[in-house]
Amino acid sequence: MHIDLPLIWAIIILFGIMMYVMMDGFDLGIGILYPFFNIKEDRDVMMNTIAPVWDGNETWLVLGGAGLLAAFPLAYSVILSAFYLPVISMLLALILRGVAFEFRFKALEHERHFWDKSFIVGSFAATFFQGVILGAYLQGIKVVDNQFAGGQLDWITPFSIFTGLGLLVTYSLLGVTWIIMKTSGELQAKSYYLARILAFLLLAFILAVSVWTPLFNQAIAERWFTMPNMLWLSPIPLLVACIFYKLQKALTEKAHVSPFIYALLLVFLGYLGLGISIWPNIIPPDISLYMASSPPQSQSFALVGAVIIIPLILLYTAWSYYVFRGKVSADDHYH
Amino acid sequence: MSESSVDLAFNLARIQFGFTISFHIIFPAITIGLASFLAVLEAKWLLTKQSLYLDLYHFWVKIFSLCFGMGVVSGLVMAYQFGTNWAGFSTFAGSVTGPLLAYEVLTAFFLEAGFLGVMLFGWKRVGPHLHFAATCVVAVGTLISATWILASNSWMHTPQGFEIINGKVIPTDWLAIIFNPSFPYRLVHMVLAAYLATALIVVSTAAWHLLKDKRNPLIKKMLSMGMWMILIVAPLQAVVGDFHGLNTLKYQPAKIAAIEGHWENVPGQATPLILFGWPDMDLEKNHFEVSVPHLGSLILRHSWDAQVPALKEFPKADRPNSTIVFWTFRVMVGFGMLMIFLALFSVWARWKQRLYDDKMFLRFALLMGPTGLVTILAGWFTTEIGRQPWIVYGLMRTADAVTKHTTSEVSMTLAAFVLVYFAVFGVGVIYMIRLLKIGPQPGEILSGDPLSINKGTTEDFIVAPEFHPPHSTPSEDDK
Ligand code: HDD
Ligand code: HEM
Ligand code: HEM
Repeated sequence: MHIDLPLIWAIIILFGIMMYVMMDGFDLGIGILYPFFNIKEDRDVMMNTIAPVWDGNETWLVLGGAGLLAAFPLAYSVILSAFYLPVISMLLALILRGVAFEFRFKALEHERHFWDKSFIVGSFAATFFQGVILGAYLQGIKVVDNQFAGGQLDWITPFSIFTGLGLLVTYSLLGVTWIIMKTSGELQAKSYYLARILAFLLLAFILAVSVWTPLFNQAIAERWFTMPNMLWLSPIPLLVACIFYKLQKALTEKAHVSPFIYALLLVFLGYLGLGISIWPNIIPPDISLYMASSPPQSQSFALVGAVIIIPLILLYTAWSYYVFRGKVSADDHYH
Repeated sequence: MSESSVDLAFNLARIQFGFTISFHIIFPAITIGLASFLAVLEAKWLLTKQSLYLDLYHFWVKIFSLCFGMGVVSGLVMAYQFGTNWAGFSTFAGSVTGPLLAYEVLTAFFLEAGFLGVMLFGWKRVGPHLHFAATCVVAVGTLISATWILASNSWMHTPQGFEIINGKVIPTDWLAIIFNPSFPYRLVHMVLAAYLATALIVVSTAAWHLLKDKRNPLIKKMLSMGMWMILIVAPLQAVVGDFHGLNTLKYQPAKIAAIEGHWENVPGQATPLILFGWPDMDLEKNHFEVSVPHLGSLILRHSWDAQVPALKEFPKADRPNSTIVFWTFRVMVGFGMLMIFLALFSVWARWKQRLYDDKMFLRFALLMGPTGLVTILAGWFTTEIGRQPWIVYGLMRTADAVTKHTTSEVSMTLAAFVLVYFAVFGVGVIYMIRLLKIGPQPGEILSGDPLSINKGTTEDFIVAPEFHPPHSTPSEDDK
């Protein structure tokens, strides 16, 4: 039996990055939303809704990096070298926000505002640079002799800045619907209001990116706008429209859980759309999965672990979310 | 780019790697040690039902979570740095180090992260036994993590189980790769080092409180537990270190020659042990040398006059920097000896029933607090700098591994790392010291639900005796 190892690994990595975007997405979103909530108790509650889980969420990013190194070392080296400055900036930003979880509660009263700021700035910058990297990646990386051969500021383009902003909106929508699910009272009421605006903004970004990418990339245009692909792929934009409508309705009806689910679905569809655009390239515009693969001995060795362990990880992660289920409310604080 | 600016960018990248990994290793060292300590405390509490153990748990878990947070974010940087700065290395050997790192993520990082939430915030949400299980899982996770990363690092020192095709490493035997010759020594030595470093922090905290006359049974308990640990581990560490050295002699003789500052073998003459000196790489000799004849042969060969390879037997381009590793090694061994001395001192103090009262002993224990971490760094500097000029020993030179960034880029990111690390982790260490100064209190507040972490920590500060900095009163809230 022939197993297409690079294909399986590409799927695992795409899955890992998707988990990262959806899960760390909502906790980064909390940081981006912090400026809109400046009462100390609200901020305590917001941070406490994610304190037990953020570390696990971020681990998906580590898996993305490690998986890429294991299965596609060439892609790992080229992509990270090409995006040297934005990647380092993102990592530094993740430090600033990651430590805020601990430091904020260990700081003295008059120091706390400093860690609030570090949480905000870190969350903003980490998200923005992730979006920029995504945009620049979609536009392609110049490779000669298996090495990055472009300029060091190639990643700064109007499109990449635009996707940077787009990701800020995406994560804040995830964050705000998470707050709706995990809190009550005024904090929740305010979140409904914000969620509406953010949902519209996200829709606008999805539309703009859908128009913009085919414009700069012939291959992407062909993928989406020729028959019969167009037929096969048409459910995706239709589903986006439908879920957007459902989300608005759920927000009007003040539902607690469903807005978060719909927001996740929207993000998932957007992610799927981007994946379809670049498939099967791992370094756009023209290095494919197969060219960047590590030897089968490496891919199969790591695959054994991944296949057995990832389902277990999903199980105990779900268990840990289950342990911390339910609302976190400001009132609890004074008991 | 000119030759010299390539060199500069390369050396900056090396400094950047050394800087970031040195910060990172400090936090895992503490979390490896504390996680096991916490598991022991909770087990003792479950067995004896003495609240003392639970109180100690609730105190040390705060230090643990602080270090864990810093370990995670500094580790994230490491996982990406192989690509950002060492693209040549990653394309060449990613087929080996990548899967090992992937296993570390799958079997350790997720495990720790998944159960950490329950360990820190789950007291009121799961039963005591399940909670204990979570603590144990986290402790085991830290050890699994050390195992994989050290397999990877040791493979870079003593590579085997592969062939090279088209200029890339192709793994052929994974068991040989993981259980490479230096791996068992390095793993045991590192885990013991983590236990030692943590025990020294625990003991030194206790000593500080006792010297300040802040006595309670918790403080005494932790002093006693920590000292037993050091008594067992410090001598063991010296033995393991000796074996580690013999292993290195076999596989990386140039490193040992550099560590010993041993330049040449005179036929028929035993290798001396150089106690003091300043190896000079250009003149190929030591300044101010003080040496003991035969001792080098005795330690490294366990024989009266067998010779040890000397630096001049290796081409100049293949010699590691002896000036540095000669000294970092002596710092490590010197502190190791002091730790053994501290352990013996404690035996004497126990025997005289003065363990909690002897001022000399307590001051000594207090001063030894940070030395475990310093020793770990000194050991790693010896190991890594002694491997140079190779990144994968005998296979790839570090100079061929580096990503070709410009000097300005690398200096910019290096400056950013230095700035952020000192600011952020510096404050983290200050917070840690603050907590240590408050010390464990009987009836330590539970860190129960997510919301009460607020109560468990911040308000502890405010109600804790002895801790009312004049410039901060709870009313000064930032609105
Ligand atoms: C508390 C920490 C600590 C203490 C007390 C010691 N060491 Fe150590 N040593 C380390 C912490 C460490 C370390 C940081 O963990 C290293 C770096 C790499 C490794 O595996 O362990 C190390 C490396 C290391 C090496 C380098 C091996 C190589 O990579 O080539 C040798 C030869 C020794 N040690 C020998 C000793 C001896 C003879 C000691 C006698 C007292 C000793 N160490 C005490
Ligand atoms: C954790 C403790 C460690 C410390 C303190 C440490 C320290 C250092 C230092 C100081 C260097 C620079 C040597 C020189 O260039 O002269 C170095 C090099 C290097 N080490 Fe380590 N190291 C550690 C662990 C590891 C591990 C676990 C790995 C791999 C899995 C690793 C991989 C490397 C690489 C790739 C280099 C080459 C880059 C360079 O030469 O600077 N190190 N390390
Ligand atoms: C001997 C050297 C090392 C040891 C013993 C070690 C051990 C550990 C341990 C025990 C943890 C988890 C505990 C904590 O977060 O504080 C950790 C975290 C981490 N380490 Fe290291 N490490 C070493 C070097 C490295 C290197 C070279 C890398 C880069 C590949 C790395 C990557 C990471 C990452 C990404 C994390 C965060 C994982 C998470 O999300 O929980 N470590 N390390």
